[in-house]
Amino acid sequence: MRILKFVQENASDCWGLGLEHIWIVAISVFLAALIAIPLGVYISHNERVAKQVISAANILMTIPSIALFGLMLPILSIIGHGLGKVPAVIALVLYSQLPLIRNTYVGIKNVPPELVEAGKGLGMSSWTRLRELEIPLAISVIIAGLRTATVMNIGIAAIAAYIGAGGLGVFIQQGIARVYSEMIIAGALLVALLAIFADAGMAFLERALTPKGIRIARRIGK
Amino acid sequence: MIQYQGVSKVFGSGPSSIVAVDNVTFNIEDGNLVTFLGPSGCGKTTLLRLTNRLIALSSGQILIDGKDVMSWDEVKLRQSIGYAIQEIGLFPNKTIYGNIAIVPRLLGWNEKRISDRVDELLNMLRLDPGVFRDRYPVELSGGQQQRIGVARCLAADPDLLLMDEPFGAIDPVNREEIQDEFIKVQAKLKKSIAFVTHDIYEAVKMGDRIAIFDEGRLVQFDTPEVILMKPANKYIEDFVGTDRTLKGLSLLSVRETMNQDHANVVEGRIKSAEAMNVLKEKGLSHLNVIEEGKPIGYVTTATLESDNIEVKKLIEPYPLCIAETDNLRDALSNMLMHDIQKIPVINENGYLTGTISYDDIHRRIVNLYSDHRITK
Repeated sequence: MRILKFVQENASDCWGLGLEHIWIVAISVFLAALIAIPLGVYISHNERVAKQVISAANILMTIPSIALFGLMLPILSIIGHGLGKVPAVIALVLYSQLPLIRNTYVGIKNVPPELVEAGKGLGMSSWTRLRELEIPLAISVIIAGLRTATVMNIGIAAIAAYIGAGGLGVFIQQGIARVYSEMIIAGALLVALLAIFADAGMAFLERALTPKGIRIARRIGK
Repeated sequence: MIQYQGVSKVFGSGPSSIVAVDNVTFNIEDGNLVTFLGPSGCGKTTLLRLTNRLIALSSGQILIDGKDVMSWDEVKLRQSIGYAIQEIGLFPNKTIYGNIAIVPRLLGWNEKRISDRVDELLNMLRLDPGVFRDRYPVELSGGQQQRIGVARCLAADPDLLLMDEPFGAIDPVNREEIQDEFIKVQAKLKKSIAFVTHDIYEAVKMGDRIAIFDEGRLVQFDTPEVILMKPANKYIEDFVGTDRTLKGLSLLSVRETMNQDHANVVEGRIKSAEAMNVLKEKGLSHLNVIEEGKPIGYVTTATLESDNIEVKKLIEPYPLCIAETDNLRDALSNMLMHDIQKIPVINENGYLTGTISYDDIHRRIVNLYSDHRITK
């Protein structure tokens, strides 16, 4: 009840920080997809570098987020962005690489080889095969990666409040500093709520982008 | 025409290399269907895939209508050749229409022309366009999918088709049906076809000629009749099986084998005494009785005993008749099944045109063997 009261009394802050949070996550997932999906497609056709790229993304994932912010501080200070949204977005883009690259890679690798063979034999160029066969068949797995990345980034973005990125993490950070439990819980709940909505939204997107033929196949269990 | 000239393919290098295709030379003439036959690993599929450059040639030349395949852009080359595979490989994200339209779209046909072509092909393969056009592959049975695979390979009306066990993924009953249909389609379209199979029956049934491979080498290239009757070596003899003569029977038609002598044919309206005279005069065991040209039964000395009745009232009915267009395998099988020595043969209008007996079949086979001995 007291938490609800806190939210009511600070409604405009909740909106403001919430939108800021969404903005940080959206821009970072968008930039991450721009890098990771083409990279995933590339390594699915170049098996030799696939292992290295995925290992690298794996290592990135193991760095604790707070440590990553700390590591970037001196580097980005050179261009005057040691604190704020820039290091936050960069960190989120890096964390998104593993789920996006790996899912794109796996999705394309899972396209049955006889379909690729048929496409080749019919005279489709590798570009046409990608567009008309591999991407449509891999799209649901790729979106699933995007979904993982988005939900994960909503959580990590909360920590970015410590480097002055803003967002709903501000409630948690300040609540801890002021030993103000309603503020902490309100912040945590709002982050969780955001994650749930984002997850549902991505689930919808996943369904909408899956080709109809594949949906029918799943329904009748083939 | 496709010309294979000293074609070889070696996989790997050094001591671990494998010669998949070994110096193969033969031609596929325009309008001919050549089956590539052999056990798995004999190089038949490799040779097929060398033709549209899915694998790169090691040495030799493949010419299509006199033009070296290596001088083509490989994507353009493949667009100009029909291609069908055992796994069918229909794109699950595209409708039947979209699948058949793949090559025409790559070639930049307009949508109206593609649409007409898709309907034409579906009708040709006896699939109702209204029902199937907008379905997805997963909603079709195996046999229907295989037909779509064939339609897709014919879509842009290429002169040359490469088919890698195109009917391999369906049950024997459906396979027989689609084979028969494809034979009809091919009789009309007269494409040049390279058709890989490991099934001797399919090779014999479909092929104008058969190319038999063993460990990458072409061991015999000839018509199905010659391969069955006169296998070039022990390997082929074993491969075609000890029942090769029986298999050969399915290639020979009743029409060319039957006895057309009309001496033992009488009209149904003649009297039994008259028929008896005919039997005795000619020393025949029985007479075939016809009415308005159609066979109605037969009479023997035993059935003709009572005098001066129309023979048509005394006949024994035939257990069956056989069509001129049937093959000798069916004829022989019917004789065995019904325990009869002779079957009347009718044409498409039902008129009696001759008879066929064990002796006729035997004579035909003996003749064939001796013919080949002379020509070889």
